[in-house]
Amino acid sequence: MNHRTIALVGLIAAGSMVSFFAVRARGGEPREVVVFAAASLREVFQSVALTFERQHPNTKVRFNFAGSQDLRVQIEQGAKVDVFASADWKHMKLLTTQNLVSEPAIFARNLPVLVVPKNNPAQVRSFADLPKVTHLVVGAPEVPIGAYAETIFAAAGKLYGQAFHQQILARVRSRELNVRQVLTKVALGEADAGIVYKTDALTMPDKVQIVEIPATINVISEYPIAVVAAAPHSDLARAFVKLVLSKEGQKTLAAAGFSKVEGAK
Amino acid sequence: MKQTVSHARSRRLYDTAMVGLGGILLLFLVLPFVALVFDGGPEAIWRGLGCSLTWPALRLSLATTLVSVVLVVVGGTPLAWWLARSRWRSARWLEILLQLPVVIPPAVGGIALLLAFGRRGLFGGALERLGWTPAFSAVAVVMAQVFVSAPFYLQAAVQAFGRLDPSLLAVARSLGASPPRLLLRVALPLARPWLIGGAAMSWARALGEFGATLMFAGNMTGKTQTLPLAIYTALELDIHTAQALSLLLVSFAFALLLFLRRFNRGPEVARRLATQ
Repeated sequence: MNHRTIALVGLIAAGSMVSFFAVRARGGEPREVVVFAAASLREVFQSVALTFERQHPNTKVRFNFAGSQDLRVQIEQGAKVDVFASADWKHMKLLTTQNLVSEPAIFARNLPVLVVPKNNPAQVRSFADLPKVTHLVVGAPEVPIGAYAETIFAAAGKLYGQAFHQQILARVRSRELNVRQVLTKVALGEADAGIVYKTDALTMPDKVQIVEIPATINVISEYPIAVVAAAPHSDLARAFVKLVLSKEGQKTLAAAGFSKVEGAK
Repeated sequence: MKQTVSHARSRRLYDTAMVGLGGILLLFLVLPFVALVFDGGPEAIWRGLGCSLTWPALRLSLATTLVSVVLVVVGGTPLAWWLARSRWRSARWLEILLQLPVVIPPAVGGIALLLAFGRRGLFGGALERLGWTPAFSAVAVVMAQVFVSAPFYLQAAVQAFGRLDPSLLAVARSLGASPPRLLLRVALPLARPWLIGGAAMSWARALGEFGATLMFAGNMTGKTQTLPLAIYTALELDIHTAQALSLLLVSFAFALLLFLRRFNRGPEVARRLATQ
């Protein structure tokens, strides 16, 4: 390589950096509100965002959908975020105690359900049939849906006896790292049954069947939402949270299978 | 005189540019490892190592990768020997095809394995009738590892065999060496340094395998949860636990690279011997 080539390469590198920052700094771009939301909110929040963008012209909603724990860690590490919507209280509370978010409010409830593949190879008709499956897949105890499964199994042990509890645990073949992975394994027929949120199950109506879990042993998961303390656009953030809690937002959530939240306007 | 001044200036410019550009990349590549080692302090890391996920995952990772690397070498050596010597045109195409797992995202490998050998996969049904379901077992972990890591060994071995001096092999043959003898006593000893290098690379890749394992083998402590899966699971608990497990993996990979480095001197010697 001669000097001229090196100079050229340097020039190109410098030029691309300058144009990169120039594009970023250019004014007149639509304002952006950045929303970090639990993976299970993907579809429903995208339709809420459409409403929001209609109500706020020249504004864009940008999403980061992931496990609540990943999002929480990213916020702790200083990610530029306006709104955080978590799938459980644990991660929201961890942020509240560090003063990274303010005044979280419950905006949705979700119900764990049993899902089986559409052709239901293990003939599971009720929760009590669960020991008939050979491959049961649940969430890892470290993620919310896995923790709920543990609670449900423990309650089932009290209701149907310890032998039942032991039988179910022996059927668990994998503890997946998020609810979508559990659903995928069931939809593919790799697992004969799995525990996911009702809202996730409803996204694959032609692949999986829902078997309700008896209310006496089931848990209800609560979704809190909050404006991030260091939000670059706190006005838009507050408006987004307000929309989610509004009648219109709640209607969208209900249509996706989330349960009603008392007290939400 | 003027000439030399401008020459010295351009020389200085050149030096600054080289050090500047290289230095930025160097810092970028090294700083994450610095953070991995020093962030949180030794106490947090020590606590992380005490996590209940650590030892089952380490044991499983070591056991499965050892099996994988043995399978890769045992199957890969004859395959590479044939590929390197075949004059058949399709052999070249096959070589490219066999490199595919290197460039596809790991999750794609997992999906492909699931669609092939899963319980509802293309061949999974037949396997299940034979009473063998690899999905969600340590066998599935090994399958995922072999799938993603074999190309590294194959590539190294094909190149090593291809580089052998053909006249040397011809002489051996003319002296009456049978094909097995030719492979075992002539080709393998000459190619050994590259084969070991390839096996080590393949081992390192198997050890880091994540996506295909998660898709195909699932995540079960003690059964299918290898170190990379345990790292991802630990991230849900506490970042320092994940960091401690990452350090464990990094140290092992570093040891493998050191080992490789030792054998990198090997190929030099072997090449000189082979071409003399």
